[in-house]
Amino acid sequence: MINIEHISKKYKHADNYSLSDLNLLITEKEIFGLLGPNGAGKTTLISILCSLIKPTSGSFSIDGLTYQKNKNELKQLIGIVPQEYALYPSLTAFENLKYFGSMYGLKGTVLDNKINNSLEHLGLAAFAHKKIDTFSGGMKRRINLIASILHNPKVLFLDEPTVGVDVQSKNVIIEFLQELNKNGATIIYTSHHLNEAETFCTRVAIIDHGKLVIKGKPKELIENSEGSHNLEDVFISITGKALRDHA
Amino acid sequence: MHKLKASAHKEFLLLIRDIGGIAILFIMPLVLIVTITLIQDSTFKTVSDAKIPILVVNNDQGKVSETILKGLEESNAFEVNIKDTEDIAKDLVFKGTFQLAIIIPEGLSSGLEQKVAQNVEGIIEKFGLEDETEGPPNQIIESKVVKLYFDPATQMTFKSSVKNGIDKMVAKIETESIYKAFQEQITDDPTETIFETENFITFKEILPKKDNEELIPNSVQHNVPAWTLFAIFFIIVPLSINIVKEKSQGTFVRLRTNPVSYATVLGGKTLVYLVVCLIQFVLMLLVGVYLFPAIGLPTLDISGRLPLLFVVAIFAGLAAIGLGLLLGTIAKTQEQSAPFGATFVVILAALGGVWVPVFIMPKFMQTLSNISPMNWGLNAFYDVFLRHGSLLDILPEISLLFLFFIATTLIAIVYNEKKNTV
Repeated sequence: MINIEHISKKYKHADNYSLSDLNLLITEKEIFGLLGPNGAGKTTLISILCSLIKPTSGSFSIDGLTYQKNKNELKQLIGIVPQEYALYPSLTAFENLKYFGSMYGLKGTVLDNKINNSLEHLGLAAFAHKKIDTFSGGMKRRINLIASILHNPKVLFLDEPTVGVDVQSKNVIIEFLQELNKNGATIIYTSHHLNEAETFCTRVAIIDHGKLVIKGKPKELIENSEGSHNLEDVFISITGKALRDHA
Repeated sequence: MHKLKASAHKEFLLLIRDIGGIAILFIMPLVLIVTITLIQDSTFKTVSDAKIPILVVNNDQGKVSETILKGLEESNAFEVNIKDTEDIAKDLVFKGTFQLAIIIPEGLSSGLEQKVAQNVEGIIEKFGLEDETEGPPNQIIESKVVKLYFDPATQMTFKSSVKNGIDKMVAKIETESIYKAFQEQITDDPTETIFETENFITFKEILPKKDNEELIPNSVQHNVPAWTLFAIFFIIVPLSINIVKEKSQGTFVRLRTNPVSYATVLGGKTLVYLVVCLIQFVLMLLVGVYLFPAIGLPTLDISGRLPLLFVVAIFAGLAAIGLGLLLGTIAKTQEQSAPFGATFVVILAALGGVWVPVFIMPKFMQTLSNISPMNWGLNAFYDVFLRHGSLLDILPEISLLFLFFIATTLIAIVYNEKKNTV
């Protein structure tokens, strides 16, 4: 489904590579977790896969398509839930969703029904016609998610979709994503919530200093890591306890 | 088309949700145009209730000074205050209390009379019309200087017009004195008319005509097009901020992952902001036609010109929008786009001839002026408002404005593509 070959990325004026010779194969209908400390390269990888930034070297394809050859088809195929809210604060939830849905060519009652169903599903139907700037962080996260799935993407990229939300919102989001996955969507997600990733993901990869350190099913990684009882133990044993502050 | 429509609808919603922004977009240009026209209208006509207070020190107390004072009073432009000494007047002017002090020298009237009499006698003598008996030898009469003190903050244009006015007044007094002296020499009857003192050469301004009616330009006909254009170009600021905001709030990142072209996104903005420009334009015309006469200003005459005025407004709006799209695309922050946009509009206005007419600019600036879209727009507006031009007459200017829109928008699209190519 997603075939990443020797991807490297070095930002302008940066001393080090953010991604270094990364190879990864993600298969269809997986829920794949990209884990790693701050600055490990998770967001960089997702940004490359979503055509937001250009890799310094290497290549990748999604469902056999590349941005160089099939830009618009690929954009129609994927959905991205960015880390920031990426919504118009002065528009209502419905207006935001209607606009972003239209950008995928959706219109009329098909779009309206899709929006209403999604809002209903994520517990936001009562707030459909309220402005985004009156929403809590958790509500914005859910609208941010809906804006990315209205066109039924085959591949959904989520960059920390549950950051800064309460447990209730987090559960609703995770359940919704699981349902999307059940309906055939491949999900690639980054998170710092390792407990969440342990139960949610079918496979995870831990990236550190731009390199792929380990990958596999969460259960297998825990079993193979001596003295580890959960994914967090595995993570600490691989990436260490040192702080990863960087500017 | 559906995506363009959705983009325009979104821009419309964003605009109407920002009530403060709308007020600024529509009210400020109106405030600007009313203020500027009120100020500039006073330079087109003499306003009796806005006389400039000046000082006069009359050391002459003769006929000439009396004529100067009368002339100043009759000009209706000055409120004359008499002071006793030159030092007092000088101090008051240099402190900025008064704009001007006129110091009339001692013996100006008698000196002028003597000088003229001496000259006339000399001429009469040459013609052999005088007694042959030898009179006393001619004494040397010193020339007199009327001193003018100006407040250092006084503008050059005011100085020049005052100097010209006084010069003209003095020349008239001198001429009349010469005629009078000749009259006294030639005839003993002071009532006999020998010389016609009225000006032989006069000036008449011939104005363009429409339907045999002279088109008299007034401050409103000059100001409305100039400041309307200025306001239309100010759309650069909110438009560029709108684009920068999209980048900073993350919506632009989302749009980049959507199957929609940057041209479509900009197209939606263009449509909505063009409507904003046209609404601004209509409001300004309404102010010119209905509000100006109500506050004592001349009425804006738009009879028979409305369609062409709209054509100019549309193309001027497009040029301004193109510039706004480019600025918004290149700028990274609102701190970059807003001050740059505002300053750039002022520069374009200055170059375009909004403040100072292009024909009095230095040669180099006149050349630069040719590449200012505001100059093209202003010329097109003047063609319609003041020269009664046709669509053919404004075609060169509106073509340039349209090309400018196309060029700036294309640069914005190419820049964006280049920056975000994957």
